[in-house]
This record gives sequence, structure tokens and C-alpha cells, in this order.
Amino acid sequence: MKILVCISNVPDTTTKIKFVDNNTKFDTNGIQWIINPWDELALTRALQLKEESNGAIEKITVINVGLIDSEPTIRKALAIGADDAIRINAEPLDAYSVAAQMAEVIKKDPYDIIMAGIESSDYNGSLVGGMLAEFLDIPSVSSVSSLNIDGGNVELSREISGGKEILETKVPFLAIVQKGIAIDPRIPSMRGIMMARKKPLNVSEPIEVDSLTEYSVYELPKPKSKCKMVDPENVKELIDLLHNEAKII
Amino acid sequence: MSVLIFTENWDGKFKKLSYELISYGIEIAKKLNTSAVALSIGNVEDDELKVLGKYGIKKVISVKDDRLNNLVNQAYASVISDVAGKENADIVILSNNYSGKALAPGISVKLKAGVVAGAIALPSSFDPFTVSKMTFTGKADTKIIIKSAIKIITLSQNSFEVIESPTDVNIENISIEMKDADFQTEVKDVQKIKGKIILTDAEVVVSGGRGMKSAEHWGEIEELAELLGAATACSRPVSDEGWRPHEEHTGQTGKIIAPNLYIACGISGAIQHLAGVAASKCIVAINKDNEAPIFESADYGIIGDVHKVLPELIKAVKDFKSEG
Amino acid sequence: MNFEFSEEQLMIQQAARDYAQRELIKDVIERDAKAEFPTEHVKNLTELGFMGMVVDTKYDGGGMDTVSYVLAMEEICKVDSSLGVIISVNNSLVCYGIEEFGTEEQKEKYLKPLASGEKLGAFLLSEPEAGSDATHQRTTAEEKDDHYLLNGTKNWITNANCASTYVVIAQTHPEKRHKGINAFLVDKDSPGISLGPHEDKMGMRSSDTHSVMFTDVKVPKENRIGEDGFGFKFAMKTLDGGRIGIAAQALGIASGAMERAIQYSKERKAFGTEIANHQAIAFKLSDMAVKIENARNLCLKSAWLKDNKKPYGLMSAMAKQYAADIAMEVTTEAVQIFGGYGYVKEYHVERLMREAKLTQIYEGTSEVQKIVISRALLRD
Repeated sequence: MKILVCISNVPDTTTKIKFVDNNTKFDTNGIQWIINPWDELALTRALQLKEESNGAIEKITVINVGLIDSEPTIRKALAIGADDAIRINAEPLDAYSVAAQMAEVIKKDPYDIIMAGIESSDYNGSLVGGMLAEFLDIPSVSSVSSLNIDGGNVELSREISGGKEILETKVPFLAIVQKGIAIDPRIPSMRGIMMARKKPLNVSEPIEVDSLTEYSVYELPKPKSKCKMVDPENVKELIDLLHNEAKII
Repeated sequence: MSVLIFTENWDGKFKKLSYELISYGIEIAKKLNTSAVALSIGNVEDDELKVLGKYGIKKVISVKDDRLNNLVNQAYASVISDVAGKENADIVILSNNYSGKALAPGISVKLKAGVVAGAIALPSSFDPFTVSKMTFTGKADTKIIIKSAIKIITLSQNSFEVIESPTDVNIENISIEMKDADFQTEVKDVQKIKGKIILTDAEVVVSGGRGMKSAEHWGEIEELAELLGAATACSRPVSDEGWRPHEEHTGQTGKIIAPNLYIACGISGAIQHLAGVAASKCIVAINKDNEAPIFESADYGIIGDVHKVLPELIKAVKDFKSEG
Repeated sequence: MNFEFSEEQLMIQQAARDYAQRELIKDVIERDAKAEFPTEHVKNLTELGFMGMVVDTKYDGGGMDTVSYVLAMEEICKVDSSLGVIISVNNSLVCYGIEEFGTEEQKEKYLKPLASGEKLGAFLLSEPEAGSDATHQRTTAEEKDDHYLLNGTKNWITNANCASTYVVIAQTHPEKRHKGINAFLVDKDSPGISLGPHEDKMGMRSSDTHSVMFTDVKVPKENRIGEDGFGFKFAMKTLDGGRIGIAAQALGIASGAMERAIQYSKERKAFGTEIANHQAIAFKLSDMAVKIENARNLCLKSAWLKDNKKPYGLMSAMAKQYAADIAMEVTTEAVQIFGGYGYVKEYHVERLMREAKLTQIYEGTSEVQKIVISRALLRD
């Protein structure tokens, strides 16, 4: 069995965000890049599954659509424990084009389980995983918070509006995962870091595909007005403010 | 040309979320001089479907099929795409909740339609078709242009006001041919959360942090939440400590929420936490430490011991409710 | 000149930072209060490969360079120097000496389990009446037929209880003075070894420090490291490298304190504004930053020299003395910036201040480093 984990290269979540060219471009100057946190949780779970599988899962591959500057992030995934990596040499324009690029490569060499994080911490789209499943014509399960493999059966739990579902599916399928699938991402070991450059990182040339959306203008949210303090001895005042001023209760 | 709105039901009933979507969709249809159509999937009685008319929708398409009682991504996406085709829809609107996130991507590929996921307002322009959403986990808002002929918008919860404009509803019950291949996943068990508000759907959220001191103190959070019809949430250290389940962790790697009112109790407001709640319309912070960064992001603050303030607040809410 | 770190070095730094900020921080205050050995963390850091990170991969080490080691130590010690010293002793005092001067058999038997972290090591040099002055060893190693017989007492031994392998420095030929000293690999469970009580230290309280007594402890001859009489040189060479670890530790203590001080001074308000806006505080932060940057450069230069097989003893003495002294200054100022909060345990800086003090004392006091530095300057 083979597992593929989709990873996105995103700015470190503690980074201050800035824009240039009249706020039309994200300023990548001085940005530290990381594996999208939810993708990293997906990878962590994939590695656990491999370890628990007694050899039934032979390989964990990571895939990324990005130019050469995303390779350090890909190598981090290899250091954490992925066996090999595919980089599709294209700028990630939008979710649709990224999913289309990935689908093209995966069709030629299919995987049993594909995992992707529920969203990316930069564009917060929650789209790539579901689109990829549709391109590949395989079932997708979204908002997955646990995934266990028992022989040929796969049991997942996912959050839905109104509760939780336990469901079963067979491979191939695509799981879009969220927190809970793993709690903390794995920290790479020295050995893993040493090995990262020795593992295969295959670069695949992109196909022609149009993006369907484009980012036009960015704006930083307006600063909040000052916090209004309420006397702890008079919390009734808070209720009045929420009712009469904020008008939300 | 039409605007198709997917209205989700919970055990056959609609919620405010659906009305919000309809109000949003009708507003767009008006601006484009076209009509809006609501689509309901699953077993919803006609009486309930008629309720949607209160928000101005004239036509409701209902697909009732026992196989569609659970959300199966592929099957739902097929049905919505089919109906979009039949209705000649060029705009499809869903909620940016679990269901919308599960369905929009599939519909996008089927219809080759660009998506704005998590829209926070009406389109700012129709040519080019431009919609705003939050990006960088609440750190920026971004205008996105959809270039494709068909457009999909998933609307961020609580970002559009419900508008009532009652009208007669024409209900069209249709059946859609479905492929077995669309039912590859089998639901074994559904654990509905009874009598509790779902965190990501909630309009009001009461959240506790490390300052709550221990799991035993959550009774106060729950009581306040119940009084306000709110969901409960927590900061990361709390779920790490096992005081609350991971499903309640809001923040950078947990849930990203945008309720109308977020009440943070004993949460210092680390940047990672704020990333998950920054889009809330109104934040109330209760913390004993007047230097806590949460006050920088809060609209209203109370400096004091949560264990003293919460009982007072519970009492004040009870008084407020009894006064009507 | 190239001041750029490699991708691997940055990854190691990040790995150490992630572990420290995510795991060590959780119970560091409690472990300090209870002087509790961090068994679980040692196990985890072993799995990650920190315990023998600079040992060659052919001996089951991590195969990392000294620059990476400095980066990792700084990150670990920003949070918890007790873990830092456990890693430092195992890597730079125990593993390094065996790898550099041991026989293949010794490496096979002793280095491999130490480098993989399966076992921990301790370095036994200090004595009740001979601290950094390694020439006056009272512990004796009497030569018998096929073994040595060890007698004497060692003091202030880090990892004394948790270690399985001891590297012991002892006098074999007192008449030859320091040229009669030898280094030995000794199994901790050898008959005749006993431990003094756990030392109740001011700082680094969860590292495990004891005195160790030897009474007629038999050590096989093949466990001597190097030629007869090599022990003093062995100790000096090993300490040259060890100083880089302790310098990086002091650097971590200082930068950990500065990070906390910066954050606090941006949050805490006095006289109507954040205290960072008061020049008295801002200048303290500025002084800290300059000192820390200097210390970091000394540490990294020492590491670079060592990695490039160039003489580094003088540079590592400078790094150790300077980093330790500024760690004391920076942590003291950090406590001052925190005011009353700095004096209570919850805010970490008082602990960092206690930890800083030890870096000026162990593995050669600041004064001893100055002897090393000045002698090098005055040498013809």
C-alpha cells in the first residue's frame, strides 16, 4: 500500500504579513517557509500508519506544486520521515490549477490513500483535497479527525455539521484531515535530517492548466478600536453594552 | 442565468445559516437582475421548505432520497452540479461550514467553476467578479477575482445579515439519477451532538483558557454557554492538558471560527489563539492579568478573577433574560 | 566568509526549538522545584538523536557538525539547561574523547551505545581538592597484572547516577605528576563504586549531580584510553571541546532570558506606556542583544574552527568565559526588567539567572578561562 500526502509551502504562522506593489502581492521578503500545519499533521498520521502496518504500507510520498524555492520545505517532510517526494515545477496559482497539476501526475502512478490538510494557513481555501479527489474520480472524506486501517478496511471519523460520523471506505480514497488526526507534528530526528538529501525528490514538469481565480488586492484588517473596560463589580454593565451598544444579545 | 443556493438541513429542519445564505443569494440575484433558486437535499417536509419563502426565495428545488440522508461528498456534489446545470446557474452559493467545505471543491471541478471559499461580503464588483475573504488565517483580507463562467461562493458564517421579505414558494420535487460509484463511503454511525451548539456554526462562543485552572471549573463555562445559546471552546493548552476535547481547540492549528460574540475566559490571547478567533465580530475578554494580550484584540474587557466574574456574569445574563 | 547556515543546520535548530518550546517548557518549573531527573525527556531526545549528535554515524551517532550542536544547545538551554548539560556532557566530554582517542574495540563497546543514547556517560575529573586544576589528581589507578585498581573520590559529577559509562581521570605514576595521569572507561556497576547523595544545587537542579567514591575498583587494562600517561592531555583536549557546549549553553540561557524580557517589556505598562518605551528598559535590551550576538559569534567561530580541524582551544576558552559572564549579566538584567515578577518562579527568568551562575563555574571557571586565554597571548 502507498500513501501520498499533499503538502503546501506556507509562511511561518508567526510571521508578520506584508504586501507590496500597491497591495497586490504578498511580500515574501524575509519570510520563513514551513509545511502547512494541517498537512504536517496529515504526514505525521501517515507515518504512524506506516509504522503500525507491519510492512503493509510500503511507502509514504509527499507531493507539492511549487518552484525550486519550496524544496527546503519538501526536504523537511523527508527529514520527518517521508520516503520520497514529488515536486511539480509550477507556481501554485490557485487551488484548481494545483489540484489539476497533482492529478495529472497521480493518474500515471496511483496511490491507495491520499491525505491533505483541511486548509492552508495562507489562503485558507479548504479546496485542493476535494478538487484532487474529483479530478481522480475517487471518494473523498472531509474533516477527518481519525483514520485507522484494519486489513483492507479503513475506518474514519469525521466532523459534520451537527456531530460526528464514523464511516468506512475502501482504498483508493482521499482523506482531508484536521486536528485530531494527530496532535503534534513530528519533530525530525538527526538521522532523518541527515537522510533528507539522500531521499529521492523527483521534479515533474507541469502541464498547461488555467487558474480559475486570482488574488487581486490584499488589505490588512483595520485596527480594533480600544477595548472598553467593565468594572468586575458591575458585570451587568457588560450585558447592557452587548445588548444596547454591540447589539448582539 | 440564476443563482443557486444550497440550503442545508439538520434532521429535516433549516437553521439561521440557511436563511443567511438565502438572503445573501437573493441580494446577488437582485444586483444581477436574475433569479435565485434554493436547493434542498435530503428529507425535508414541504412545510419546512415553505419556511424559506419568508426570506424571499420563490423557487425551491427539493431532492428527497434515502441514500442522501448522510452527507456523501461525491453524491451531493453530483446532485448540486446537476441541478446547477438544469437551472442554468452561473453562481452557486454554499456555506463555508463542514458541508460547504466538503462539497464546493467537487462541484468546482465538475463545473469548471472558480471558488471563493469563506466570502465575508457581497461581491464588490461583478465585472470582474470580485469577492473578499480572509486570508493568512485572519491576518489579511483579500479580494479574489473569479475568472470562470460559473462561480462558486462559500459564505463565511455570520457574515451576512438575515433579511426577511416573505413571498410564496414554488416547491419543485425532483429526482436525480445517481451513480453507485458516488457512494463509496459507508456511514457506520452518526454521533449527533444533542442539545449542544456546534462550535463552527455558533453565533456565540464561550471559551476557556489555562486561567480556568482545571477541568472541574468548566461547569461555569457550560452554564454561561447554555444561557447564551452558545458553543463552548478552549485554547490549545487546555486541550493539550486533556481538560477539553481537541474538537474544541480554537486557534492556529485548531478550529478557525468567526462568531458574532466570542467570550474568552482566562485566555491570555497568544498570537496562535487569536489567529483562530480574530474574525469574531465582538470579543469579550475576562482575565485577571491586565497586561494579557487578549485585551488588545477585545472589544470589551473585565479585569478580574474568572472564577469570581463568571458566576456574576451568569447571574447578570439570567436577570437580563428574565427581564426579557 | 559565509555567515549562512545550511538547510540541515536550520532544521536541527528548528527541531531543538520545537522540542524545547513544546515539551521542555511544560514541566521545567516543576522539575526544577523537585530537582527531578528528566527521564522522559532524555528518552525522547535520545530518539531524536541529540545524545550523540556530533558522533560519526558509523558509531551510531547523528553525524552532525559542531555548528549544529551550538544551534541545538542554544535552543534547548533557552528553556532548560539541565537537559542542556546532560546532552553536553554526553556529547562533548564522553563521546568526543572516546571517538577521538579510543581504540576500535572501545568505540565498538562503549561509544556506540553512548552515541545512540542507549546509555549515558559521565566525565569524572573534578575532585574535592582539585576542580579545574587537573594536574593534582588524588584518585589513583594502581597498575596490577591485567588491570588497574582505582581508589579515590570524584566530585560534582554530572550524570553520575543515570550514566552507565564513566570516563575517569586518575593518577597512575604520581612521581611523573601530570604526565603520570591516565583516563579509563569504567562501568558504573563495577564493584567498589558508590555514590554520594544527590547534590541540592542552586540551579540546573534536575541534572543529576553526585560525588563518586572508588574503593579498589578493578578496571581491565584495555579500558585505558591512549598510551600510558596520556590522561592529562586527554582531559585537556576533551575540555577544549566541552567548553563549546557550555558556551552554547550560556548563550542559550542569555538569549532565552532576553526573549522573555523583550516580550514582557512590550506587554507590561508603567507610567502610561509599555515599559519598552522607557529608554532605561530599551537600552538594557540593546545591551543584552549586543552581548548575546558577540557570544553567539564566539561560539559559532569556535565550532567552525573545530569542524574545519583548525586549532580552537583559545577561541573556545574565549567563548566559554564571555558567554558565561554575559549570561550572568543578561539574566540579572532580565530579572530587573521583570521587577517583582522576575523574582518569582512562574516567569522563568529567576531560574535562568540561577542556571547562568553555574556556567561561570563548571568546566573551567571564568578565571581559569582567563588563564588559558592570557597564557596563549603571552606565549612566545
